[in-house]
Amino acid sequence: MKIQNIEDLLAVKEKHYPVIKQRLGHRNGLGLTQIMVCSGTACTSSESQVIREKLEQELDRRGLKENVRVFKTGCFGFCQRGPIVMVHPGEIFYYQVKPEDIKELVETHLVKGQLVERLLFQDENAGKRTTGIDDIHFFKAQKRIVLRNCGVINPEEIGEYIARDGYFALANVILNKQPDEVIDIISKSGLRGRGGAGFPTGKKWEITAAQKDTPKYVVCNADEGDPGAFMDRSILEGDPHSVLEAMAIAAYCIGANQGYIYVRAEYPVAVERLEIAIEQARKAGLLGKGLFGSAFDFNIELCFGAGAFVCGEETALLQSIMGQRGEPRPRPPYPAEEGLWGKPTLINNVETYANIPVILREGWEWYQGYGTATSKGTKVFSLTGKIRNTGLIEVPMGTSLRTIIFDIGGGITGGRRFKAVQTGGPSGGCIPEQFLDLPIDYENLKEIGSIMGSGGMIVMSEDNCMVDLARFYLEFAQDESCGRCTPCRIGTKRLLEILKRITEGQGKMEDLRILEELSFDIRDASLCGLGQTAPNPVLSTLRYFRGEYIAHVRDKTCPAGVCKALLNLRIDEEKCMACGLCARACPAGAITGAPRQQYRIDPEKCIRCSACIARCPKNAILKGNGREAAIDGNAGIFAGSGGPEDRATL
Amino acid sequence: MICGLRQKKRRESSDKGYVNKEVDEDRIIAGIEKLEAWEEIDNEQERNYKNLDRVIEQYSKKPGQLIRILHKAQDIFGYLSEEVQGYIAEKTGIPVSEVNGVVTFYSLFSTRPKGKYIFRICMGTACYIKGAQGIMNTFKEHLKIDEGETTRDKLFTLKTARCVGACGLAPVLLVNEEVHGETEAKDIVRIIQKYRKGEKIENTKH
Repeated sequence: MKIQNIEDLLAVKEKHYPVIKQRLGHRNGLGLTQIMVCSGTACTSSESQVIREKLEQELDRRGLKENVRVFKTGCFGFCQRGPIVMVHPGEIFYYQVKPEDIKELVETHLVKGQLVERLLFQDENAGKRTTGIDDIHFFKAQKRIVLRNCGVINPEEIGEYIARDGYFALANVILNKQPDEVIDIISKSGLRGRGGAGFPTGKKWEITAAQKDTPKYVVCNADEGDPGAFMDRSILEGDPHSVLEAMAIAAYCIGANQGYIYVRAEYPVAVERLEIAIEQARKAGLLGKGLFGSAFDFNIELCFGAGAFVCGEETALLQSIMGQRGEPRPRPPYPAEEGLWGKPTLINNVETYANIPVILREGWEWYQGYGTATSKGTKVFSLTGKIRNTGLIEVPMGTSLRTIIFDIGGGITGGRRFKAVQTGGPSGGCIPEQFLDLPIDYENLKEIGSIMGSGGMIVMSEDNCMVDLARFYLEFAQDESCGRCTPCRIGTKRLLEILKRITEGQGKMEDLRILEELSFDIRDASLCGLGQTAPNPVLSTLRYFRGEYIAHVRDKTCPAGVCKALLNLRIDEEKCMACGLCARACPAGAITGAPRQQYRIDPEKCIRCSACIARCPKNAILKGNGREAAIDGNAGIFAGSGGPEDRATL
Repeated sequence: MICGLRQKKRRESSDKGYVNKEVDEDRIIAGIEKLEAWEEIDNEQERNYKNLDRVIEQYSKKPGQLIRILHKAQDIFGYLSEEVQGYIAEKTGIPVSEVNGVVTFYSLFSTRPKGKYIFRICMGTACYIKGAQGIMNTFKEHLKIDEGETTRDKLFTLKTARCVGACGLAPVLLVNEEVHGETEAKDIVRIIQKYRKGEKIENTKH
């Protein structure tokens, strides 16, 4: 059926609404039990596919198919505790469900009507198990606007998106509004680009709309290359139609008829969902010719990346869509003036687009209610690293890092201390403990030497070496540098060489000065965003963790015990039970001893491969430092200070 | 035929009187095997090029489809050899230098044949700080190859992967398309053996 007007949309909504309503917590006597199985990438790799199949089999076997239905759904954001299975009515939240648990789940929950206690979520701090999703602090502490449909709808069914008021904004825009009215609303909402730089979205639309040249193009940047960031992937997997709808709105406003989504080839699930979504939208008449009976045509095509980080930069991305090497070019002219095939092109990030339909439905005044003076709305962060609750969260702009890491994130794993949080991927910087209470927005992060970036947030504990981390990012930047401009191509190589030297214990004090100087040069002289921001990890670690650099250079020691060349492995005599496994594992023959005698490591022969550590059954081998380093004992606070009793003060 | 000869050879080789004949037959067997192998390769190549023709036919009408064609070509051939690149250039009318430029620019394109199983260790930040480097080192040690290389038996290729976005399961190991989460260095021997064994089982089926 082709949807032609609002009445058609309402009819589809009515058809699918009862199911959705139940999932939102209404006990509407549907006589139906729904089982939602998370089918994001993380849960899929922990066998959520098998779980779905087993559920179907088990239901079939017990003849429950009539009254119980199994659905795929998008990422809940609780990726570390996957796979996640939710049962409605009741919003019962089961986590870490294994295929072998399915029998019990069906038997106990669906047949006997009791909860499977051991699969319910257990709060590590409170120690008790909770039944519903709304009782879980991780979810309660968030404000989900962009992710509102993730975990609620089946992303492979357009009707469910429409039942969540999807495509109504598009209908309203085409039938009742002029393009400049819409752009005005977006401008007033204060929405800024979520891809990293934070350019005002309304302004971008305005500039592209004002261009005389035609045809124009709309592009969605889904080339999420930042390591440790997966919010765009989750939006595409959990709510692909919101992006399609927003692109159609954008196209109507700027006067384009063709859209492109440039998506990483590393995201097969997202690609598949997008393909299904585009096909369904086309069939429903929401993409194609004459949308809602108007003269406005719009089509979307998928383009695949091929593993080049620089293609996240907009001019490089356009080159790649045209089938070329993804090398950036100088701006201006900006893509809004001269983009794809030399024509005006609007490029926005996935998350930016996902905000558009909600803003148009709820109004800019409502959207302005979230965030800080300069940064409105919410931001999705992917929280990873040494943190208890790894996953995807959405919070209003202006939330403090402390709330995110210790309250929602649950603190640091393994009882270690917090050391730093890295935001903005390879273009961002490391933020030390002293800024934990800073409200996060574009300006504040920039001021302390990092960036918002696309929203990756990697938490590091005292076990992580900051010099090694800077080296890691530089290696990434150097590897991904496209080679077009000299400062980036050669500058990052020189930076990397110096950092390698330092981590290998060959550094000189003078190197620190050179690092800084060279970093500024690369920042000022590079052609595109990749080069301009590549030195950020070095600059920010030098700024906040200079002590660690000095320890590497002057004292020849790595305080965190990461840098191999500076390690000094030794055997704890108390713990060693003289089993001899380490001596057999040692490839260099550096460990000597005999059964029931003390084993020792010869530091001269030791190649620091840590093979002995992996073999030791008693964890008796210590990664000591060359010399005890004088590190600041106050750098960091203890994990777990985000316990329930402390939450009031956060 | 080969099987028959082989059995005969085995029977005869136990008898030391037939040494010369054995050498002769060895040569014959090797020759036949080579011929059959070539024939098989020729057939396969032909089929592959036909598939490639279809892909080029489908996509070359619109501009800017080179990356898509290369993706499909790599699916067909496993890697993009000089011949394949030249063939695509000829068929699409794009200069071969440009095709090669694109192939070498993107890390997902490979110009060398890969092993049957590709171990890719995610080197995204989340995986890195949770010990991906240690896992990489263990793999290198056990497979006796360096990053980007393939074992001599063409079974395993070792590579790094860019963030796959499964950061909740860090550190992540990808075997072909399959994701193994929360990998530990001590699991690796078992993983390698599992795949090596799988290979053996499959071999015995033939």
